[in-house]
Amino acid sequence: MRIGWLWRALPGAALMFVLSGCSLVGEQSVFAPAGPLASEQLGLFMYTWRLSIPVMLLVGGVLVYVIVRYRNRRGDDSIPGQTHGNVLLEVVWTTIPVLIVILIAVPTVRSIFRTQSFIEAGEEDVVVTVTGYQWWWKFEYPQYGITTANELHVPVGARVVLDLESGDVLHAFWAPRLGGKVDLIPNQDNQLWIQADEPGVYYGQCAELCLGAHAYMRFRVVAEEPEDFQRWVESFQQPVVQTVSSDPLVQQGRTLFAQKGCIGCHANDNYAEGISYGQPQYPNLTNFGLRYTVGAAVLDATLDNVAQWIMDPQSVKPGNRMPTLWAADDPNREEEARAIAAYLLSLGAEQRTADAGSALAMGVPGGN
Amino acid sequence: MAASTNVAQPALFVRPTWRTGLRSWLTTVDHKKLGILYILSSFVFMGLASIEAFIMRLQLMRPGQQLVSPDFFNQMFTMHGVTMVFLAIMPLGIGFANYFVPLMIGARDLAFPRLNAFGYWVYSLGGLMIYTSFFLGGAPDIGWTGYAPNTSLSANPGLGVDFYMYGLFVSGIGTTATAMNLIVTIINMRAPGMTFMRMPVFVWMMLITSFMIIFAFPPLTVAFLQVILDRTFGTLFYVPEAGALPILWQHLFWIFGHPEVYIIILPAFGLVSEMIPTFSRKPLFGYPVMVLASILIAFMGFAVWSHHMFTTGLGPVVNTAFSLTSFIIGIPTGVKIFNWLGTLWGGNIRFTTSLMYCLAFIVTFTLGGITGIMVAMPTFDAQVHDTYFVVAHFHYAMGGGALLTFLGGVHYWFPKMTGKLLDERLGKAAFWFIVIGFHTIFFPQHLAGLMGMPRRIQTYPAGIGLELWNLMSTFGTFIMGIGLVLFAINVIKTFRSGKPAGNDPWDGRTLEWATSSPPPYYDFDVQPVVNSIDALWAYKHPETLHVEPIDPRKAGREYDPHGIHVPGQSWYPLLASLAIIVGSYGLIYDNLVLAIVSGFFFIFTIFGWAFEGVGGHHVHPELEGERA
Repeated sequence: MRIGWLWRALPGAALMFVLSGCSLVGEQSVFAPAGPLASEQLGLFMYTWRLSIPVMLLVGGVLVYVIVRYRNRRGDDSIPGQTHGNVLLEVVWTTIPVLIVILIAVPTVRSIFRTQSFIEAGEEDVVVTVTGYQWWWKFEYPQYGITTANELHVPVGARVVLDLESGDVLHAFWAPRLGGKVDLIPNQDNQLWIQADEPGVYYGQCAELCLGAHAYMRFRVVAEEPEDFQRWVESFQQPVVQTVSSDPLVQQGRTLFAQKGCIGCHANDNYAEGISYGQPQYPNLTNFGLRYTVGAAVLDATLDNVAQWIMDPQSVKPGNRMPTLWAADDPNREEEARAIAAYLLSLGAEQRTADAGSALAMGVPGGN
Repeated sequence: MAASTNVAQPALFVRPTWRTGLRSWLTTVDHKKLGILYILSSFVFMGLASIEAFIMRLQLMRPGQQLVSPDFFNQMFTMHGVTMVFLAIMPLGIGFANYFVPLMIGARDLAFPRLNAFGYWVYSLGGLMIYTSFFLGGAPDIGWTGYAPNTSLSANPGLGVDFYMYGLFVSGIGTTATAMNLIVTIINMRAPGMTFMRMPVFVWMMLITSFMIIFAFPPLTVAFLQVILDRTFGTLFYVPEAGALPILWQHLFWIFGHPEVYIIILPAFGLVSEMIPTFSRKPLFGYPVMVLASILIAFMGFAVWSHHMFTTGLGPVVNTAFSLTSFIIGIPTGVKIFNWLGTLWGGNIRFTTSLMYCLAFIVTFTLGGITGIMVAMPTFDAQVHDTYFVVAHFHYAMGGGALLTFLGGVHYWFPKMTGKLLDERLGKAAFWFIVIGFHTIFFPQHLAGLMGMPRRIQTYPAGIGLELWNLMSTFGTFIMGIGLVLFAINVIKTFRSGKPAGNDPWDGRTLEWATSSPPPYYDFDVQPVVNSIDALWAYKHPETLHVEPIDPRKAGREYDPHGIHVPGQSWYPLLASLAIIVGSYGLIYDNLVLAIVSGFFFIFTIFGWAFEGVGGHHVHPELEGERA
């Protein structure tokens, strides 16, 4: 019997051990808020969580007491008192949930209006039109007349108002450390605001099933000091046009970029003066050298990764729609893909400031 | 049969009378046989859904794995959800209702036995039809909620979506028919003396559930029809390129979808409310409160649908309204939990496997309710909506709530259905594996969701803290899988060579324990009569009641010289269902000839159904000798 109790306590103890050994803070964790929206959302959760502990203890405690106290003893065939109910008790245990609900409802309603009311974006706000496509993100800045893909740059401390639209099916914009998600719905104008308090790179992901490669529809939010952000904007407003390169690989890549047809879909303001080619429903590659990731934040933007992505997109992101440009037995495919990758990584690269690393690694409030 | 007299019937349509063999099952109109068919079909579908879940968990065991392609993974979670909701758990409740509602109210069958058979065939064949899509170009990959415009032809040209729409459309016909059948039965066919407030709570729950089905399915049917028209006939309800507002689907779906949650859980509430009193040897605490709370839940269940849509940009006013209604629905739910505890309190509790499932239900459902309140806060829901936190929440509510209860219900009622007691040792071993496995699977998913893992993703990257939770979750499927296998072994073993149960193994309270195990095909020798709630219990333990108890088994009406009329069987429900299914294939494959021929065949079956006459025969159990 004694060993029996120990046996039953073990799973619980093991769970405690596991829980205490791990951190709940991660790049995409709700527990590591880095802006006012995410902080408010986490705060409401923690408040309710604390309120729910007594409820769990009450139900669990009564249950354990009942199991111990009223369990059938061997040979006891008696019939217990036939209670049919008790009005006072019913009133009490209806009132208690009512009170708990009121305690939760008041802060909930206040926070709804604080966080979800429609915003008329002012001068001081940064406005971004976010358009979801299967399976990548387009970010347009109407205030600055610039467009980029999959990496959203925002200035630290500013409210960023996102106008959410969809180019095909449903998507949802979710950067957990900056705030909860809002869906991108065709023919509907949705809005979300976020704000980053510290510079860094924040992870995000599509959270509404959009078929196929939904799991690989990721993005990054890069929060920079206002002056860095301003420089980033200018690098898009006046992109460095680079037609000749001293690096023969880059030079070959530029040729292949046109020859292989990349230019037919992907806009690239660095390619030639005044012409960007491309089409708006495909990712804009201007200043690709400033990117941290490739394939909608699926891989880090290293030369090897970008080359792999270009050579065999399905191996990196199964189900995506980028065509495979080489036959599998084409002897030149590795070399050519590498050349295009080198060319892409050179676009705007000289404007790259110091790498903004993961905000988490830099010890942001909320971390650990 | 010497004791029977045949009823004259027209010569063209003779109603069959087989009592054994395959043909007796295909033509049966007996609520008990159909109940067993429902329950068995549900468990078969549940097995398929478990395999799908297992494939998903293997794929998600480690970050960045590529065991299955994204498209196949999408089919897995779609079919898992569709199967569990529409083909496994909901029909399981309906199956128990089929078998036990007539027995519990002292009736001999449902009001419309052939309609009941039709409901079953349409459900099971519709479910099979969806599963054939695996071999016909791929299953649906749109999630069980099938959001537009993922279902539009431009986004999803394959036939999977058509199978989803037609299959569920057709299954819905069966569910609606059975719900109407249950309502008519419960209102009209209760035993003499059984007023509404003397009905067993399970019957109450099925009455409420049936009304919910009647009101919840039409909007869903309309939505299915819109997509069917879009895809087959070129309308533009959900074609965004033509300016459609796809959000409409979500409203129609969730006006059905949230009541559906209660359609699934109320029968489970009913089962718990039968098992806990039996094993505590006490009446249900606060019976009228339990009934009223359930009615309130059912009403409010229709007023909370937009809490599934907090992130679709409805605005703060709408979100506030639906948040508050969702909070309010938590109050009667909490009251029910306290009343079950009140029933246990002061009892003489026998720890049978059934009761253990009930206790596990209380714990799991309470946790699911708490996370339910959390996701009803739009501000916080913005973070966890469409993540594994929500996946964990609804598995705690529906898997841990409904499924655990139904497993307990199988232990409770297996002796009545087969006359044999399930093995308690094996049952308890299975219980521990299932419950521990369940929590090992789903508890870490709360944390995975909070750590930023969206649902319906085929893989996730390493390094953002999701590895441990997913590994634990996958590990849990092995534990729970062992439990489910033990459960199945127990059922099969007992069926082949189980301990005889006797008519009333648990000292039951309701009328199904007043007849033999298994009951004769006409259910009761004598129409039972009751004069109190739990009349059978009152008769067995007269010292516990103030009124003069009567033996519900003996106090029937005067002997009727005509005997008991038992209707004949019928091929038409099966044939009508087949016509509908074949016609659906015709429409899916744009084969109008097949569709029209099936349509005419369907009309023929309805005429045959209408004109085959009463059939059947009269039984005189008194002449056959004492049964029970």
